[in-house]
Amino acid sequence: MSKKLVTVTILLIVLACVLPLVLTNYRTFQATLVLVYAIALLGLNILTGYNGQISLGHGAFYAIGAYAAAMLMDQAGMPYWATIPIAGAVCLVIGFLFGLPALRLEGLYLALATFALAVSMPPILKAHFLEKWTGGVQGIVIVKPDPPAWLAAAGVKLSADQWLYYFVLAIAIVLFIAGWNLISGRVGRALVAIRDHHTAAEAMGINSAIYKSLAFGVSAMYTGIAGALGAIAVQFVAPDSFTVFLSITFLVGIVVGGLASLSGALHGALFIQFVPNIADELSKAAPWAVFGVFLIGFVYLMPTGVAGALRALTRRRSSGKLLHPKEALP
Amino acid sequence: MEAVLLQVLAGLATGGIYASLALALVMIYQATHLVNFAQGEMAMFATYIAWSLVNAGVGYWPAFLLTVLIAFVLGVLIERVVIRPVENAPVLAVVVVFIGLLVILNSVAGWIFTYTIKSFPSPFPPALGIRYMSPHQVGALLVTLIVLALLYLFFRFTPLGLAMRAAAQNPVSSRLVGIRVGWMLALGWGLAAAVGAVAGMMVAPIVYLDPNMMSGILLYAFAAALLGGIDSPGGAVVGGLVVGVLENLLGAFVIGNELKLVVALVLIVGVLLVRPSGFFGSVQVSRV
Amino acid sequence: MTALLEVADLRASYGATRVLHGIEFSLGERSITAVLGANGAGKTTTLRALCGMVRTEGEIRFAGQRIAGRRTEDIARLGIAHVPDGRGTFLYLTTEENLRLGAYARKDKRAVARDVERMYAYFPRLKERRRQQAGTLSGGEQQMLAVSRALMLAPKLLLLDEPSFGLAPLVVRELFGILRAINAESGVSMLLVEQNAAMALELADHACVIETGRVVIAGTAAELKRDDGVRRAYLGY
Repeated sequence: MSKKLVTVTILLIVLACVLPLVLTNYRTFQATLVLVYAIALLGLNILTGYNGQISLGHGAFYAIGAYAAAMLMDQAGMPYWATIPIAGAVCLVIGFLFGLPALRLEGLYLALATFALAVSMPPILKAHFLEKWTGGVQGIVIVKPDPPAWLAAAGVKLSADQWLYYFVLAIAIVLFIAGWNLISGRVGRALVAIRDHHTAAEAMGINSAIYKSLAFGVSAMYTGIAGALGAIAVQFVAPDSFTVFLSITFLVGIVVGGLASLSGALHGALFIQFVPNIADELSKAAPWAVFGVFLIGFVYLMPTGVAGALRALTRRRSSGKLLHPKEALP
Repeated sequence: MEAVLLQVLAGLATGGIYASLALALVMIYQATHLVNFAQGEMAMFATYIAWSLVNAGVGYWPAFLLTVLIAFVLGVLIERVVIRPVENAPVLAVVVVFIGLLVILNSVAGWIFTYTIKSFPSPFPPALGIRYMSPHQVGALLVTLIVLALLYLFFRFTPLGLAMRAAAQNPVSSRLVGIRVGWMLALGWGLAAAVGAVAGMMVAPIVYLDPNMMSGILLYAFAAALLGGIDSPGGAVVGGLVVGVLENLLGAFVIGNELKLVVALVLIVGVLLVRPSGFFGSVQVSRV
Repeated sequence: MTALLEVADLRASYGATRVLHGIEFSLGERSITAVLGANGAGKTTTLRALCGMVRTEGEIRFAGQRIAGRRTEDIARLGIAHVPDGRGTFLYLTTEENLRLGAYARKDKRAVARDVERMYAYFPRLKERRRQQAGTLSGGEQQMLAVSRALMLAPKLLLLDEPSFGLAPLVVRELFGILRAINAESGVSMLLVEQNAAMALELADHACVIETGRVVIAGTAAELKRDDGVRRAYLGY
């Protein structure tokens, strides 16, 4: 990690810490969602951006994480924080299992299978025989967690929204650091090698099957954790929040933010949180029209996404060299 | 026994509709080796056009034909304007474009026609009904069979159909004999859109008209195309009928109607795992 | 000799690699010109460049028109047929469909039907296999099919990329005999790329030798046969 990058990262974290102190509770809630989405997008990016496996079904893993958290809190009376690792573990296992057959399929067919998963998720969640646990069409309402007592005892007064924000922020930082370690190390190089030169990677002794299903599992885990955090933040889960369009939203996020880029997850999260809000004033359909246009537009004009564009900008400024748009879509 | 027969026949009727949409997918797959995720939304949009025409006082059948024509032109335009620039792009880029198209069509339909569910007329007279099938079921099956027959005749016996098949399987040689391969692809998109439009108009009286009406149908069509073999038109038709019957039987007697869609998911994943080339296909989906 | 095809300063490249460095030759009407050269000299690329299948610069005039930079399908419609490297068979179509595709650019239905029969007369084996998927044909049969498909365009110029490739010597002799007959009958010019230099020079009236993307020797077939360098390098005696 370059010195400059460390500085920027630290500045960003400081800024993120100060943010809820100056924002209204509603804005803080929105910022929490941005962090949640960023985690989900990071997960998808590990799979699609770095490893080149196309998933159109990450909304399903988000849903599984969300329902895991909601059901554990609602039925088992578990504290919210304890549900997070469980949601992550559940998605890790399910993702890994779905990845096992999926890893035998190339891009297009994996896209098909995951798309099917995303489309069939709401009916599964609505199913009668699961209603006892999932709440059927009605979904599950959960209570917003209060800041812990020790915090108040220590004299720190936070609103529920502020507390949740910090809670999510802490998890996000941990997950991003872990993600960075994963991506910049051996595993990350193997993932990229498999994406770019599959046969060569195999020839070099990289066991692509293990790496690909691992990528699937980890990716699903990240998105599942995001789902759990999202459910706690929104205080509600219902089947119709997790249609195929949620998966498409995540796709928009990584395409706009930037494929194969950690910071891209954050740009993408900002985009999918705030752009629909702005477009919403035009028409109920407008946010999606905007998403669609951005999806196609980014493929044509800016395949490296916002992160790539920023990278190119700073690089051009610092080195003055012509830029080579080499980091095009995998 | 009678209940089973009833479900089988109902399954054949919807299966025919899946078959047409699956055929549209196969046509584009053959030419480009891509699966058009927006095929369902294109059909949905065309169905809205038909609905507008009928509402404006145009008779059903003239509206039907006009819609097929408009869908054809729109399909050609989409290929030329949206798909052409990513012709040689990596799969991910093209999939993203397809999804973008899906989202745009879906939202524009919602924007123009609202998300309120609308009923869509069935043109078939009661006399068409038989003991175990409603008039619409019989009619839809007939229309589907006619469309399939027309397509077969077109591809089998006309020079243009031959040229389209040639362009799909060997573009280089096709250019050498003077075939304008780019236009053949566009025509393929147009035809696929037209066939999809028929599927949309046939299914709309059953599932009702709304911008999301095709998402489930598209899934069944995926399952049908994969089951038959994604590069086999005949396979798509058989696959569609099989999926339709299977869906109805399982829905009625085994897993209940609400989980019918899961049949599609299981079929898709199952076929990809066990026999990626489907029952009639020749592609070996390369297993990575 | 009126020139049907004139090529000047033809350059072509695959990506960054330039393969042709200024090819120059011309080809008369009703004539057969053989192009000789070692593997990788640029023979196949020359044919591809003529058909607009690779990025090219330079001048190509065909029947008085400039065709460099035009699209392959438009060049084909002007009357240049190409028997490509690897035969270019439509494997999943029948033999007869392959032939009909060859005539795709023609409008005269009756003449097309007549030409199909003419091809069957040249190559009776194809008639036996008319309903068979072309992919099931033997290599020799596919080569005959490729030549027939190209002829179905009723071209003014026929480009042949190693038509003898993979054929038994007897079959090659038969094929070349048919090519000579077709040339005599219908006057179609031919540009023939061949490894089998001896047979090519027998069939051709003119010839040129390409080395590393340039024409190094050109002349009548008889002149080239006498040339010591050509004899040693390509005829092997």
